[in-house]
Amino acid sequence: MDPNILPTSSLVIALLIPLVGAIGVMLKGAHENLREAISSVSSLILLVTVGLMVPQVLKGNVLYCKLFEILPNVTIALRADAMSMIFALVASSLWTIAVFYSMGYMRGLNEHAQTRFNACFALAIFGAIGVAFSDNLFTMYLFYEIVSVCTYPLVAHHQDKEGYDGGRKYLVYLTATAKLFLLPAMICIYVLTGTLDFSLNISDGMFPADVNKTLVIMLYVFCLFGFAKNGIMPFHHWLPGAMVAPTPVSALLHAVAVVKVGVFCTTRVMLYTFGVDTMSALNLGIPTAYFVSFTILAASIIALSKDNLKARLAYSTVSQLSYIILGVALLTIPGIQGGLIHIVNHGFAKITLFFCAGAIYVAAHKKNISEMEGLGKVMPVTFGAFGIASLSMIGAPPVAGFVSKWNLLVGSIQAHQLGILFVLLASTLLNAAYFLPVTYRAFFAKPPAGAAYNGIKEAPLSMLIPIVIACTISVIIGIWPNFMMHFVKAVTG
Amino acid sequence: MDQHLVFSSFPILSTLIFLPLVAALIMLFVNSERYCKYISLCFTSVVAVLSLVLIVGFDTETTKFQFAEKAVWISSLDINYVVGIDGISILLVVMTALIMPFCILASWSYIKLRVKAFLICLMVMETAMIGVFVALDFILFYVLWEAMLIPMYLIIGIWGGPRKIYASVKFFLYTLAGSILLLVAIIWLYWQNEYSFFIPDMMWHHYALGSQILVFIAFFLAFAIKVPMFPFHTWLPAAHVEAPTAGSVILASILLKMGTYGFLRFALPIVPDATYQLMPFVLWLSIAGIIYGGFTALAQNDMKKLIAYSSVGHMGFVTLGIFILNKQGIEGAILQMINHGVTTGALFLCVGMIYERTHSRELSMAAGVGKYMPIFVTFLTFFSLASLGFPGTNSFVGEFMILAGTFQFDIEAGRFPWLALAAIPGALLAAAYMLRMLQRIIWGGVDNPDQSWIKDINAREIVILAPFLFFVLWIGLSPGPFLDLIDASVTDLLQNLTMHRTHSLSLNLMAPY
Repeated sequence: MDPNILPTSSLVIALLIPLVGAIGVMLKGAHENLREAISSVSSLILLVTVGLMVPQVLKGNVLYCKLFEILPNVTIALRADAMSMIFALVASSLWTIAVFYSMGYMRGLNEHAQTRFNACFALAIFGAIGVAFSDNLFTMYLFYEIVSVCTYPLVAHHQDKEGYDGGRKYLVYLTATAKLFLLPAMICIYVLTGTLDFSLNISDGMFPADVNKTLVIMLYVFCLFGFAKNGIMPFHHWLPGAMVAPTPVSALLHAVAVVKVGVFCTTRVMLYTFGVDTMSALNLGIPTAYFVSFTILAASIIALSKDNLKARLAYSTVSQLSYIILGVALLTIPGIQGGLIHIVNHGFAKITLFFCAGAIYVAAHKKNISEMEGLGKVMPVTFGAFGIASLSMIGAPPVAGFVSKWNLLVGSIQAHQLGILFVLLASTLLNAAYFLPVTYRAFFAKPPAGAAYNGIKEAPLSMLIPIVIACTISVIIGIWPNFMMHFVKAVTG
Repeated sequence: MDQHLVFSSFPILSTLIFLPLVAALIMLFVNSERYCKYISLCFTSVVAVLSLVLIVGFDTETTKFQFAEKAVWISSLDINYVVGIDGISILLVVMTALIMPFCILASWSYIKLRVKAFLICLMVMETAMIGVFVALDFILFYVLWEAMLIPMYLIIGIWGGPRKIYASVKFFLYTLAGSILLLVAIIWLYWQNEYSFFIPDMMWHHYALGSQILVFIAFFLAFAIKVPMFPFHTWLPAAHVEAPTAGSVILASILLKMGTYGFLRFALPIVPDATYQLMPFVLWLSIAGIIYGGFTALAQNDMKKLIAYSSVGHMGFVTLGIFILNKQGIEGAILQMINHGVTTGALFLCVGMIYERTHSRELSMAAGVGKYMPIFVTFLTFFSLASLGFPGTNSFVGEFMILAGTFQFDIEAGRFPWLALAAIPGALLAAAYMLRMLQRIIWGGVDNPDQSWIKDINAREIVILAPFLFFVLWIGLSPGPFLDLIDASVTDLLQNLTMHRTHSLSLNLMAPY
């Protein structure tokens, strides 16, 4: 049964809010307080606007709005269905939290070019919301590229050699894969199917039955690698390289705007362009799951070796993103549900972890885990939140990550893939191995001799409150997962 | 002859052709450089506005030549002054007319020496350029085609940079060499067609294949040099680099289009069987141009050279689109001709604006000007992104159509789409060199030269750039109205081609492609 399609302009409003916010920030850049007021007000309005769409979508309706027609069946059009809402809700709520956090961080460190920073931050969210509400592959590609371009100034923010190098790597990886794989895939899909629209359910896909199978498999592989923001190895190098950015950016990049755009696009295309039926018929699912398993394990092992906290978090992200793709690639209902809900769960947990890393840097100017021994005693809230968010990453109850992991495990059993089950369990152990020592050492290890923690106290409240909120949400959606699971269940039907 | 033409009650095309010439004549008698500037701006603006009449009055249903006019010129040889436009030429005529006032504005403070002579050259240039696109008599076409060389030669040779003589002579010789064989082909066709130079009369005949191939080669040399296709491109970077801003804009936006226009107007309809025979050759040459242009542009430190080589790549996409001989390809190619005119023209204007400030075209000298020229770099960002085919901008639509046509070309023939995939690295390279240039200009590196004295662009310069941005976004977001104008003519062209393809197939002459 196809859902009702309701034409509405509220989607355009939601999309324009961050754009208008960015323009406002640029115009009022000279007035620090006004500028930040614009950022925070637009983030709140966006959250409310997206929130107002929830009841309609939960009723099973699809909100739709066509903006431009480029060619026949190539349009810039927006849609809000259950899957878009998953990402839109995460992006808008995390933007709100991140705006408040970055005010504290940027002022705390007295960073330069804060206007540009705030404007690009809003533009990145503009792109992310656009991706979430894309009704077709072209619109998605458009906003995907907007995110790439608008986050470059954030990565290169420090404008030193390291910043430029990281920024270049970032842009090279993301645009090269998009141009080399995504562009031909998109055009070829258009030639084969006559449209770039997404299907209305996850099973049918868009390909006619008589299409050349080799070509479809090639297009699938192109799409998988084309969205390099999903961090699948071997195209993941941009992500650790982007760590030179200020921490709120890393938080935004690695929890929401960039990497989630990548996995959201990948899974959207897997489910709504190719469709579960085509993927099963061509046997694309399980090989994908095994392929990304390598990323899950390898990235976790690399994370173990990193002493720099942000680098460890970056590799953890690489690994966790592949969970999402793995879940969807299992093509079983619990698997898809587990994968998609992990977009939410990983988002809230990872942003907490990065916020904590930033708070530690602002309060104690420490980047390396080995230097944080005993620091938990002077910064209990920060490290407490870090510990709870780590549990979510590991997948321990009652934090949100457990819900994902449970579904993924059930999904792998239903797909009769013991190998995948083993990968998930092994990766859980690895997660525990690289996350738990951070909290343990902070609280229970003795500070190194000569280290004076006397002057160090918790980071300013504007940073601490977002940490606590993000962490609390992680716990709440762990204990009451039903609200978000509604959307995920609506996706799988 | 008349069955091909739809006459108009007002000689609008002649007005467009001769108004600039009238302006040039008036300026001969005006001594004040200031007045000359206003006169030329005024006349080109009138031409630009009048050209919009063509869009309004254009009938998108018919495939005949519209707004036609006819007058006897040399009756003994049956050479006539016949002009008219169809879907293939209308956008090029209008683009030419619209770009000229901005060329005048861009030269407002750039040209300091012999301003009057410069403006007269531009006016003569405009007459010749519009004439080339509307001429329907082959001799008229040829005369105007050659006539363009003289003012362009002067523009580069007098107002150019340090190596202006080298560049202008090279430009002149290359283009002239190409067009000599064209004249031979024209005379052969004249003789074959019962002594008529009327272009539509020459189309869709079944000339012998051997002769067709020879005529195609003559056409190809003339037009491939003009496009320029790899490996006939070497005159272009020299000419672009040395030419003043207005000259570069005219070269890139309009002159290059004459080559691809020539393919569409002459090569395809007059020698269709040869076109089918030689198309694989032209297609792979286009791919070579796309890749070669991209790599060479990536290595440039001179901004004008960078954009010049990017033109080689972009025009490779256009010839690719033309020679896959399907609807999406050809329509995409025509649209891409306009797109390239808009974006590359705008980019040359941007480089000119930097040059007026730093007196250097070196990328390293412009590194980091973004900090002091925020309005300028906002424009530049849009134009660079448009040039690399960013979705939502004009070039994306053209590139998308051409590549879709290329995929279709292979898939319909049941082949793996090697040809389309071979062109994709070109899109990647475009992103690479454009983003590199953009990054250098906006951000630079850790050792930027001191540019704190640089002033952002003024109102005149904003007025110059804004219309280009308008077209970048309009074509990018809603190309429908533009495609409607060209649709009927392209469909007709392809129908005729398909008939010839069947004919060639029945003769069993098809190469593997």
